Amino acid sequence: MATLEDRLELTIQEVGTTILGKEPAIRLALACLLARGHLLIEDLPGMGKTTLAHALAHCLGLQYQRIQFTSDLLPADILGAAVYERQRETFVFHPGPIFAQLILADEINRATPKTQSALLEAMEEGQVTIEGESRELPKPFFVIATQNPAYQIGTFPLPESQLDRFLMRIELGYPDAQAERMLLEGEDRREVLARLPVSMTAAQLHEAQIKVASVHAAPPLLDYVQALLAFSRQSNRFRGGLSPRAGLGLLRAARAWALLHRRGHALPEDVQTVLPAIVGHRLHPGDDNLEQSSTALVKQLLEAVALPA
Amino acid sequence: MTKIWVYAQYGVSFLWPVDSLAHTLKALENLMRFWKQQHNPLASRPSPSTGEERVKVCAQTPVELLTSTALIWVILTLTLAVAPHTNELPVWLAPAFFIIAAWRGGIAIWQQPLPPRWLLLMLALLATAGVLVSYKTLLGRDPGVALLTAMTACKLLETRGLRDGVVLVFLGYLLVMSNLLYSQEIPMVAYLLAVVTLMLVSQMLIHRQHAGLTALAPLRLAGKMVLVAIPVMLVLFVLFPRIPGPLWGLPKDAYKGRTGLSDEMEPGTISQLIQSDEVAFRVRFTGAMPSPKQLYWRGPVLWGFDGRRWTRRDELPSQTPVPFTPEGPALDYAVLLEPSNQRWLLALDLPASLPPRAGMTRSFQLLRERPVNEVYRYEVRSYLQYRTGELTSSERFLGLRLPSKSNPRARELAEEWRARDPRPESLVNAALALFREQSFYYTLTPPLLGFHSIDEFLFRTREGFCEHYASAFVFLMRAAGVPARVITGYQGGERNEMGEYLIVRQSDAHAWAEVWLEDRGWVRIDPTAAVSPNRIQQGIYAALADTGTLPFLARRDGHYAWLRQLALSWDVLNIRWNEWVLAYGPDRQKEFLSGLGFGTVDWRGMTIAMVATLSSLGVIFITLRWRSRRSRDPVVRAWQQFCHRLAQHGLARGLHEGPLDFTERVIAQRPELAKPVREIARLYIALRYGPVHPSMAVRQLQRQVRRFRA
Repeated sequence: MATLEDRLELTIQEVGTTILGKEPAIRLALACLLARGHLLIEDLPGMGKTTLAHALAHCLGLQYQRIQFTSDLLPADILGAAVYERQRETFVFHPGPIFAQLILADEINRATPKTQSALLEAMEEGQVTIEGESRELPKPFFVIATQNPAYQIGTFPLPESQLDRFLMRIELGYPDAQAERMLLEGEDRREVLARLPVSMTAAQLHEAQIKVASVHAAPPLLDYVQALLAFSRQSNRFRGGLSPRAGLGLLRAARAWALLHRRGHALPEDVQTVLPAIVGHRLHPGDDNLEQSSTALVKQLLEAVALPA
Repeated sequence: MTKIWVYAQYGVSFLWPVDSLAHTLKALENLMRFWKQQHNPLASRPSPSTGEERVKVCAQTPVELLTSTALIWVILTLTLAVAPHTNELPVWLAPAFFIIAAWRGGIAIWQQPLPPRWLLLMLALLATAGVLVSYKTLLGRDPGVALLTAMTACKLLETRGLRDGVVLVFLGYLLVMSNLLYSQEIPMVAYLLAVVTLMLVSQMLIHRQHAGLTALAPLRLAGKMVLVAIPVMLVLFVLFPRIPGPLWGLPKDAYKGRTGLSDEMEPGTISQLIQSDEVAFRVRFTGAMPSPKQLYWRGPVLWGFDGRRWTRRDELPSQTPVPFTPEGPALDYAVLLEPSNQRWLLALDLPASLPPRAGMTRSFQLLRERPVNEVYRYEVRSYLQYRTGELTSSERFLGLRLPSKSNPRARELAEEWRARDPRPESLVNAALALFREQSFYYTLTPPLLGFHSIDEFLFRTREGFCEHYASAFVFLMRAAGVPARVITGYQGGERNEMGEYLIVRQSDAHAWAEVWLEDRGWVRIDPTAAVSPNRIQQGIYAALADTGTLPFLARRDGHYAWLRQLALSWDVLNIRWNEWVLAYGPDRQKEFLSGLGFGTVDWRGMTIAMVATLSSLGVIFITLRWRSRRSRDPVVRAWQQFCHRLAQHGLARGLHEGPLDFTERVIAQRPELAKPVREIARLYIALRYGPVHPSMAVRQLQRQVRRFRA
């Protein structure tokens, strides 16, 4: 019988057959899922964002819904609405696409702030309130949102406070030459996806999420996380430091990463590996900082903080 | 400590060329690097291939820009360094400096362009011309400091890069040092130490060592650096071989503006001096302190008189004490003389010993080789009762000489006395009786006197200060045929109970007379005592009716007694500072070191002792640091030992490198070490980051590390 860790590894392998050469991104996405966080993918169109989301949902046996965000999308289009049914002479609630376990919110920055915040509230609370009635969302509930960094005309960029709700932000990037060749030679990815076996059930995923919380974080590791947070707050290289929510997320993601590597305890390396995805969208350069890109900022943070002796 | 006068103006004229020299060196360095690349096929950098590009590489010296935070810190610290100079600089310069500093600060904050070079050049020329106009010269202490300030301001206006910032900070250190040329008192030194600390912060910010953090972290580090520097400073201070006199020649104007006795006296000289409550000197007695009326501190002895002004006579000091017959117990004491810019040393009547490098004239006046320009400590032995020797013929001539045709009425009076009783004693008594019995007043604000000053004083105004009485008395004695002279100096002093020493202020300045009597030699007569006995017994405050004009510290009334008490406690601190810091010259150093049991030490011995102490301090410091870095946790200690061993083989762990990443890197470079390294990493990770801590595994890790050979 396969252990939980084997199943997670298997998931990564299987998702890897649909989206080639992107194992680190897949691992991060899975870690994000295990850490009960939501994922923001920022990349150009056609890089495989949708495929990744779809494959993850498929392999993990999750209900999957895709919402294409447009500027005329309304909150009710996401959450659902009560509709009057003549036969029963009553209002019946028709749940919207958000009532699924894995949501792909495509091009989230094209919707109006009102619609965005409807989704983001759902992400935070795990429930939605429609016409005064709270409705639980299914569990696990996982949102993968995508946004296009290049063409910002006619978009509503997510404000910092809402970016903070995403545990991770990753970029997929172009595939390397070998992966690209395999992509060109191989068959249609959608067919591959349809044939993929389900590697684990929603219940097993839930079990894995619980197991993440039990990964040991030793005092020296907590010291290190605290040192990173403290530096981001004291340093004038950054405008505003990392929030406690970011700190909690960092630790949870490090634990998830450790679990993916079959370790019962988290290491500084785990923190360092997930760090760019977690703080990249939360750090902003200070006035004196000559570096502007988030990659460089994360590097500054990483190199400035020594491991506690 | 302060004999280090760095010629400020040379500093400026050096620093600019040095700056451009540094630019040239940097360009040369680039050229060298480029040349190496061309001739070294292994160089990793791609080398430009065409000649055009090559020229570009040489011409472009990358300027690393200062951050605005660092620049503003530099501006602030420079302003703090210039601030104490505000009073000494020409009126236009200090405001100009502050305006330029504010201007540059504004440029930094609002990201404006710097002023063009021609404007800068004009400003520099204008400033130089301004200094030249203000002082008529560019050399000397005051013009030097002015020029340094002006050029610092100009440098501020062209400051862009990191190197400019460094030059500015060094100019700032020069400015800090130049402040010591004006004051070396405790508050100033404390202030300058604080400024130096802030300058260290600026330096750190310039080099962006701590750009990552707010100003607090560099401030803490700068404080630590200053604390660490203090033992080194003490060792250098105590052991650096002292030489008499300044290390470099000091400009002539370095010591101007001191108040104190002069070698001339005319009506008003001393009453002006009385207005100052500055300390003239402090005295510690070995035994009991004599009573106030015996405390006559002998200063310049005045022989010549032109009818109004008394002047000193040039006498060659002898290298041995002038002999006299003591008639009482000896009195030993040490004097801490404040800088006076004069050669004479004060001593109680009459001194019988000589401080080193000083001589004594036949008038019993102590003279030093060179003027006293720093706090100077010397020890003297005096006899309060004495009988001096014979009078030489030249002394008799000078002691009787009077200008002809001056003060006829006083002459007449003296002739009259002499005709009545020619014995010198009765002549002295007649003069003292005149002062005592006629209506003479002792006052700080006497009426002004004209050409026949003695006549006017004796017969018309009859109000005077000690110089009037001494002057009139000596005149009468000479006119009556008794050799006499005027002695200036100080009388009395204030006893500081807290430190058991005597403070003598400028307000204790006094003048009295000496007459030569056949069988007793020179005898001190104080005519002021006849008019106002209180002056001698209780000090200047008790003697004057109009005390409102006296400076605060010279008063003895009950008002603000606690404030005076506070001032006296502060003075105790000052005397220690003077004794142990400012007066620490070559003699004091020898004395101190032999007191420590080193015997007599010459400069070689001192240098060896200094180097030895400094290196042992260094060893102590490094050991302490090493120990504090060594953790008490055995797991961490074993891991540090392991890392240290690898670092010795060129495989140093990065500060932020985790154990797994590090060992993987080590194995990639040294595959043969894979087995032990993996094992150590596994143990360390399990012990440090794992949930349980079996002590067996700790011992295993220690054993593995001990066995490990890179």
